[in-house]
Amino acid sequence: MTAVATLKTWTGAALAAPVVWLASIVNVPLKWWQRATGTGGMAAFFLAPNMAIFGIFVLVPLVINFFYSATSGTAYFLQDRTYVGLEQYQRLLDCGNYLDTATCREDLFWKAVHNTGLFVLVQVALLTVVSMITALILNREIVGRSFWRAVFFFPVLLSPVVTGLIWRWILQRQGLLNLIVHDLGGDPYNWLTDRFWAFTAAVSVSVWAHMGFYTLILLAGLQAIPRDLYEAAEMDGTKPARGFWRITLPLLMPNLLVVIVLALIRAVQIFDEVYVLTGGGPGTSTLYLTQYIYEIGFASLLRNPGLASAASILMGLVLVVLTLLQLQVGRRGERKGARE
Amino acid sequence: MKKTRTLLAALSVSLLASTSAFAGDVRIMWYSDGVEGDVIQDLLNRFMKDNPDIHVTLDNVAYKVIQEQLPIQLEAGQGPDIARVTNIKELAQHWLDLRPLVADPKYWDDNFGDTLDWMRPDGSKAITGFMTQLTLTGGFANKTLFEQAGVALPGDKATWDDWVNAAAEVAKSQQLPAAFAIDRSGHRISGANVSYGANYIGPDGKPAKVDDGTKAFVGKLVDWTAKGLMLKDTWVSAAGSTYRAAADDFINAQIPFYYSGSWQVANLSTKIGDSFDWVATGSPCGTAGCSGVKGGAALVAIKYTKNPKDVAKVMDYLAREDIVKEFSERTLFLPAHKGVITKGGLKWGSADKNVGPALDKFVKAAGETLPAADALPPWKWANAYFAALVTRVSQVMAGELTLDEAWGKIDQDIADKVAEAK
Repeated sequence: MTAVATLKTWTGAALAAPVVWLASIVNVPLKWWQRATGTGGMAAFFLAPNMAIFGIFVLVPLVINFFYSATSGTAYFLQDRTYVGLEQYQRLLDCGNYLDTATCREDLFWKAVHNTGLFVLVQVALLTVVSMITALILNREIVGRSFWRAVFFFPVLLSPVVTGLIWRWILQRQGLLNLIVHDLGGDPYNWLTDRFWAFTAAVSVSVWAHMGFYTLILLAGLQAIPRDLYEAAEMDGTKPARGFWRITLPLLMPNLLVVIVLALIRAVQIFDEVYVLTGGGPGTSTLYLTQYIYEIGFASLLRNPGLASAASILMGLVLVVLTLLQLQVGRRGERKGARE
Repeated sequence: MKKTRTLLAALSVSLLASTSAFAGDVRIMWYSDGVEGDVIQDLLNRFMKDNPDIHVTLDNVAYKVIQEQLPIQLEAGQGPDIARVTNIKELAQHWLDLRPLVADPKYWDDNFGDTLDWMRPDGSKAITGFMTQLTLTGGFANKTLFEQAGVALPGDKATWDDWVNAAAEVAKSQQLPAAFAIDRSGHRISGANVSYGANYIGPDGKPAKVDDGTKAFVGKLVDWTAKGLMLKDTWVSAAGSTYRAAADDFINAQIPFYYSGSWQVANLSTKIGDSFDWVATGSPCGTAGCSGVKGGAALVAIKYTKNPKDVAKVMDYLAREDIVKEFSERTLFLPAHKGVITKGGLKWGSADKNVGPALDKFVKAAGETLPAADALPPWKWANAYFAALVTRVSQVMAGELTLDEAWGKIDQDIADKVAEAK
């Protein structure tokens, strides 16, 4: 054995010594536990820390939230609140015509529901198309491909608050965009006080901030498509557009479905960047469900924690449906993969 | 056994030691509009030098934290030992009664008696803190812009219409984005509402329905916004009751007239410097008077403190006449201390020629407030009323509601809040 090898062995042994010592101590109760509960008990033992964290930070708050939604009052301690059963849900769902928010008792809740629905439709469609186009371009042999991948992924790394602030500074009355418009001889415009432009900004900024992540998923799918399929199609004289519809899209469908479902869930939860960008305005035209819950639960001087809890549970139900859809899509993909 | 005893003894000693380390700690949650954070830190440093057994930590936070996070901490029985707050009546059940703890309760009653009701539950005789500043809503005009436009500043009894028309002329002449702006706050428009005859308080002390006075001024405000005379950004570009100040637009000379309050004097002086001349205008008149709304920020002790005696010492120090006087002079805030006001002779700590006259104007305007406005600071439901006004009026400005729909929604929002609080 050479001197270097001996040194490596000694170093390894020295570094491992504390771990071995710790393992020997842990070994005693673990052996006892295994004898007492079998291998199933060992699985439970190793899962316990995760389950404890999940329980404390997800399950317990969820259960408490259910209790809050069945109470009224301004106090935050459950024991100081009055039990009202389903009253908060009735109040939220009390509506003459669900399509006309003015007829609803909690018109701001329904305004937020309508806004969120429209946002989800437009944002998810746009996000999917833009991510797809970007992935297709980045999958080609273009100059500086790695650089461009990093460029498109970079906004994903930004904090949503930073994203919101950057775009607010660009779009506000005295912002960068109006400076450019002014320099080009145009009249500056109040983009964030116009309902159409505020909505457009909310959607666009959200697409800009998240498309990098979805592009990456689609890119991984594109790279998994065998090149020989395209080569065979090319030899048969297939045009590129037909190749996209007949080869790329069908084979990319599992990834595309995952992208759509993930984007749907994220879009329903939209809050931070839009809250910073528009504050929910102009009026309530970019007030989305999460902001409504936040405002009514914590921020507004008219705060009502019970109503906020009930609204969050209704929103949670929508998210459960979307998550089940995602699981279904994932399983179908797995089954298809297994068959192939 | 001996080992266990030794271990327990060591544990007890270390626990005692750690507890005693916290005994003299007093934590203050503080927000600033201007330079008051620096001033209070300086005053506290002097206190700690004289009282080495008490360590005071000043947590400078955004106003939003005071408005949104502090109430939740208090509901959970948590929070700082002392806080600077503006929501003083609605949260009064969380304030500590300092009466048995302060050195001389009579001194507090004599000097802060007029405002003690603002920060204690109805019917209580508790001493919970003192106003760090008295404020009054009021307007500011960019004198230089008015002069450049050749438009005379409206006089003392000028109405809201006079001011808006004059400011509109200036805006047109100087090619400004708008004539005026009011902070996005129900508190700010309440003085004007009262000036048009509004009364928020019903005979039973509960919120009254929106009356003709409120309808008169809010109707004008919506109309001015639709015509582009009021800066649309401030009110329209947010949902709910979010607070937005328009001070930056006035500081950047984007609007010739700005309605806010006396607390902006230091801010304007610091940020405008000698860029242009500005004046405080008081509150424009309506059909019933020319009223602003009084208010201010209070420094209150929190009843969940672990160190009430130390908290009382700090409060006694900060409420001292010489300290209040120095604080007011350096921050340019109107004092709430009777002794300081009566003796007068405040030497405002500013070389800015705009500051003295502005503060004098606010002192004068404080004598012109209407009873309906004076009733608002100690009224429990004031904030609920303010919040409903902002939320719904900004929806009208954005074209989402008609004024008639808004009145119904405001009444409903306030009724819901009252019902929820039962």
